Amino acid sequence: MSHLRSMILISPELLLVLTALSLLLLDFLVRRKGTLAVAGAAGIFISAYVNYRLIKVGMTGGTIQGMFAFDGYANFFKLIFYTTLLLTILLSVKYLAIEKISAGEYYSLLIFSTVGMMIMAAATDLLMLYLGLELMALSTYILAGIVRGDRRSNEAALKYFFLGAFSSAFLLYGITLVYGLTGSTNLREIASALHSLKLAESPITMLSLIFFITAFGFKIALAPFHMWAPDVYEGAPTPVTAFMSAGPKAAGFAVMGRVLFDVFGGLQMQWSIILEPLAILTIAVGSIIALSQTNIKRMLAYSSIAHAGYALIGIVIGTPEGFVSTMNYLMIYMIMNMGAFGVVIMLKREGFSGENLEDYAGLAKRHPVASALMLVFMFSLTGIPPTAGFIGKFYIFMEAVYAGHIYLVIIAALFSAVSAFFYLRVVMYMYMKEPAGDISLSTSKTAGIALAFAVIMVLVIGVFPSLLLNFARNSFFG
Amino acid sequence: MVPLSWYIMLSAVVFSIGVLGFLMRRNLIMVFLSIELMLNSINISLAAFSHYLQSITGQIMVFLVITVAAAEAAIGLAILMAFYKNNPTIKADEINLLKG
Amino acid sequence: MTLPQLFFAYFAVSITGLSLLVVTRKNPVHGVLWMLVLFVHIAMLYLFLNAEFLAAIQIIIYAGAILVLFLFVVMLLNLRVEETERRFQWSWPVGLVAAGGYAVSLIFILVKITVFPQPGHYTIEKMQTEGNLMIIGKVLYTKYLLPFEITSLILLVAIIGAVVLTKKKQE
Repeated sequence: MSHLRSMILISPELLLVLTALSLLLLDFLVRRKGTLAVAGAAGIFISAYVNYRLIKVGMTGGTIQGMFAFDGYANFFKLIFYTTLLLTILLSVKYLAIEKISAGEYYSLLIFSTVGMMIMAAATDLLMLYLGLELMALSTYILAGIVRGDRRSNEAALKYFFLGAFSSAFLLYGITLVYGLTGSTNLREIASALHSLKLAESPITMLSLIFFITAFGFKIALAPFHMWAPDVYEGAPTPVTAFMSAGPKAAGFAVMGRVLFDVFGGLQMQWSIILEPLAILTIAVGSIIALSQTNIKRMLAYSSIAHAGYALIGIVIGTPEGFVSTMNYLMIYMIMNMGAFGVVIMLKREGFSGENLEDYAGLAKRHPVASALMLVFMFSLTGIPPTAGFIGKFYIFMEAVYAGHIYLVIIAALFSAVSAFFYLRVVMYMYMKEPAGDISLSTSKTAGIALAFAVIMVLVIGVFPSLLLNFARNSFFG
Repeated sequence: MVPLSWYIMLSAVVFSIGVLGFLMRRNLIMVFLSIELMLNSINISLAAFSHYLQSITGQIMVFLVITVAAAEAAIGLAILMAFYKNNPTIKADEINLLKG
Repeated sequence: MTLPQLFFAYFAVSITGLSLLVVTRKNPVHGVLWMLVLFVHIAMLYLFLNAEFLAAIQIIIYAGAILVLFLFVVMLLNLRVEETERRFQWSWPVGLVAAGGYAVSLIFILVKITVFPQPGHYTIEKMQTEGNLMIIGKVLYTKYLLPFEITSLILLVAIIGAVVLTKKKQE
């Protein structure tokens, strides 16, 4: 009987896997690859609906063998992942046709990556955490290099793979040390063993913590482990970059939350002290180097690095409320980042990449709607009210001030102001420069739906922030 | 009776040698091999802990890590081959198309 | 030095020496072959630790499949030994210092490790009576069924990836 219950708890992920497998087969049967996207979206909706029904029926709090938890924390992050996946699929349809990427494998790899992320968010055992991370990472390595003819895509996959494998080894070493100290890989058992055996002061525990932080730092692209991100984001196909900038980052934060709060709860002072300079360095590096970028994908890569730094502040302050503000920030960041990348994707045509800043010159005159969308997203990324980006930063800064980290907030706010320069530079190019030549956009119905959703959410959350924040709070504490 | 710490120190030394290979070698195949070396050192450590803690979890982890390493090797080598088709070089410091 | 300790000393020295050989060979084929010897030594170490199943799959999967894959790719890419004239990167002193310092600090910290928690119930006697394979089989399909299935997904992704990245394009 308990096996049936286990299958029910994991049925959303199972349904997504089923969707991925059927897309692989459907690839042979359909000619128009747009149908695959629709089938994929249908699968996502079914899976999300099942997840919703499970919550309503009261399955929250159940676990599979203590390893996979169906709790509010996991469900909040699953919502982020579902949305990322859906938006990426919608934005990819036209891009796949232009770049001649094989659609069945592309969509199924996206779905597998998302399943990996969901497992990461729900993992209450270090072994599950590692396997979810590997599932996500391996799918994403392939996706980064899926445009086989493009040398930049090859190089992006190569760099991503090697640095990702290196960081996975560090994560495993950390897991090994913790297992050796406590005899278990279950997060709860480790926490109680560390507590009862008074191992919090042991240098081996500290060593293990450093390994974990190093591994997570690579995955989330925190400075000084961020070196791979600009190259990989620039080289990968733009929908994959959008996916990578949102999903794996949020998943990385999800596991950081569980590991740092549940396992290393006793060492909270230590990891706060370690993470604080990393957060500042990350925000600084991201904001400053973005100033000099002329390739918009690279600029958005450094922007993603900086945003990870802002989100990290919520963890640095060490309070549960702080982490709730991080969760809030991650959802908002995902939506506005996907939106910005969505506009970048639209500029891609046959033989024209549309990735340089000059390509945006005068966009407002030719395509006012697209420019207006980009304006909203750029404002949101900067953190200008009444956009969601402002709300995200506001709540993080507010929690940080409550916890006493005034200087941290001042530094972060300063860099936020600095970042306005490179975000608004795009707006300036669009509205105040003359168009160089003929700019046509590759629009598609699905991309339009995705962008409409993103811009509506950015504005709605900007005006009614408490909806999302309360949802995050209930998920964490419920 | 062999002390546990001997195994762990061996594992640490081999892990460091793997890190050394990763940072120092130009040839990407050797860099990849160094990653496999790191994973093997972790396996030694896990098997040792499993033996001394009289717990089977470590051995299960070794089993799964070996499997994941096999999958990773397949994907990594596929990426390497796809890369090599377009850029016939395999030396790490000559791969700098994406520098901005 | 008792006999087990003597055996372990041999393994420690040889595994360390072999791994140094692996990372310093100029010819990648030589590196892979030294790695093969290393894997056999590691498998013997697993036998030493009462993990016969692990020893078997170490040889079958790592030595028999992964290294063969490596050799395939090395030969497919047709790398000449002369091509890799300089085998270490320009920044090799940095790597050496980093890894060296790393090793030293690890050893200093980890030498104090002792067995802390309550021992579990998979004692050596139980392993020897029931058999390593039987125990792993029982646990893998009951307690660790979910990780096992996730691993199967990972392998599926690897297959998809290998095909999608290297298949001949049908234009």
